[in-house]
Amino acid sequence: MSAIHAIEVRHLSKRFGQKMVVDDLSFNVRQGEVFGLLGPNGAGKTTTLRMLTTLLKADAGQVKIFGHDTVKEGRLARSMFGLTGQYASVDEDISARENLMIFARLNGLSRAAAKQRTAELLADFSLADSADKALANFSGGMRRRLDLAVSLITRPALIFLDEPTTGLDPRTRTQMWATIRGLVKQGSTIVLTTQYLDEADQLADRLAVIDHGRLVKMGTPAELKQQVGGTQLAFTVSQGAQVARAVKLVAAQVAGTVQQTGQRLSVRLTQLAQLPLILAALDQAKILIDHLSVQEPSLDDVFMDLTIGQN
Amino acid sequence: MEVQTHSGNLVMNTATMAYRNLLKTVHNPDRFMDVIVQPVLFMLMFGYLFGGAIAGGVKAYLPIIVPGILVQTMLSAASGSGAQIREDLDSGVFDRFKSLPMAHVAPLAGQLFADSLRLFIATITSLTTGYVMGWRPTAGLGWVVVSGLLAIFTGWALSWLFALLGLLAKSAATVQSFSTMTMLVLSFVSNAFVPLSSLSKPLQFIAHLNPVTYVITAIRQILATGSWTPEAWLVLAFGIGVVVIFAPLTVWAYDRN
Repeated sequence: MSAIHAIEVRHLSKRFGQKMVVDDLSFNVRQGEVFGLLGPNGAGKTTTLRMLTTLLKADAGQVKIFGHDTVKEGRLARSMFGLTGQYASVDEDISARENLMIFARLNGLSRAAAKQRTAELLADFSLADSADKALANFSGGMRRRLDLAVSLITRPALIFLDEPTTGLDPRTRTQMWATIRGLVKQGSTIVLTTQYLDEADQLADRLAVIDHGRLVKMGTPAELKQQVGGTQLAFTVSQGAQVARAVKLVAAQVAGTVQQTGQRLSVRLTQLAQLPLILAALDQAKILIDHLSVQEPSLDDVFMDLTIGQN
Repeated sequence: MEVQTHSGNLVMNTATMAYRNLLKTVHNPDRFMDVIVQPVLFMLMFGYLFGGAIAGGVKAYLPIIVPGILVQTMLSAASGSGAQIREDLDSGVFDRFKSLPMAHVAPLAGQLFADSLRLFIATITSLTTGYVMGWRPTAGLGWVVVSGLLAIFTGWALSWLFALLGLLAKSAATVQSFSTMTMLVLSFVSNAFVPLSSLSKPLQFIAHLNPVTYVITAIRQILATGSWTPEAWLVLAFGIGVVVIFAPLTVWAYDRN
């Protein structure tokens, strides 16, 4: 079972005019994992996703979905995944129920099966009350939920989510995350693109950081954070006169440089064991400190470190 | 937990897509405005404004103008297809259609099938308005139906052409304005509203090149003589020709999109 990857990407490339938008991308997505594509705006995340989901033809390279080539076995590959795009791709002019019915029928469900599945999904996504209302009156969150519901009609083993929570308020976003976690629990493999680092941190088992169409780094969120370096220690020296001595003392304990802004000092620790030593040294020198913070590196640091931006 | 599906099949997918287009229209009845309001309005305006000047009376003008406005409405209904297809393509829904394991041309085919309903409604409205205003065709009801069907077929054939335009154009607004212009020029520079003999020589020449003139002539002849004329054969052949040439081109443009 695990021998077949949910997705296999080999040397995928796409050029728009002179610009390489996706440049020789290769990676695998394992079954049952949440795989995040992380990158700044214009890094090529959506273009990659569009190629994976057969919406866009690649200039070069190969994509296999559960072992099926998306070019040679397009229809078979398409039957194995659900897609939720960046903008809700539902029909604005018709009701939620009609949307689900039509997409169920287009997915090849019989009329009776489509009816049943529609009712199930409306209930699952708390849309039953508004099922027959015009979509024009739907909130952004409801639209996204309907959009996701449509992608799940066939209970696909693989689900693509393109920026699933962009433009949603914090509450709706948390609800969306819960829904996504629920899908993972049922055994779905999920590929999501996001520019929200907390979202990637919360949801993804593994991340691929993409910048300028190239794969910059791949790994678990923890691995990526480790790459950026150790824990950040910061504190404020209470008395201005002691700042210079404090800098000297801290610098003696760590290899790195001490950054100073006013009375605030910060330093990157290579290992946590350095922390008590620094505190002991400061204590011995009778230097008082406050506002002490010890911070694990965040994905923000990874992001800033790995991507150049300017897209 | 697998949901049973059968592989996409063109006829069923097209039927579903046509159903979708009909639902859209039912929820937005203003989509029917052009095929309901326009023929009624034109029939009344032209009939009562120009009837006296052109034919010496409304009643005498009706046999000229009813086929004229019928065909003009077909043109305008057909030209709506292009804008709607473009609008659809530009919306996010199309991405989903494309990612589904369904027959590839079903969205296009569904649109064109749903459009024939618009054409049907346009025909009924045009002919009924004429009847209410006092139009009594000499040929029987059977021939009225035949002429209506010929008009619908011609309109449907032309909707392929406008669909192609919609696929090639940049935006729905471009298609809309181009279609409206084409519709106006084609319907007015023809024999739809005035006898060709009343036109200047160069204008007559252009009107003779205009296929709309032939469609209108054919329909007038059917209604007047109660028989299938050579003119009608010509129009039928023209319609089939348009479909044979433009349907593959439209499908090609759709594939490329």
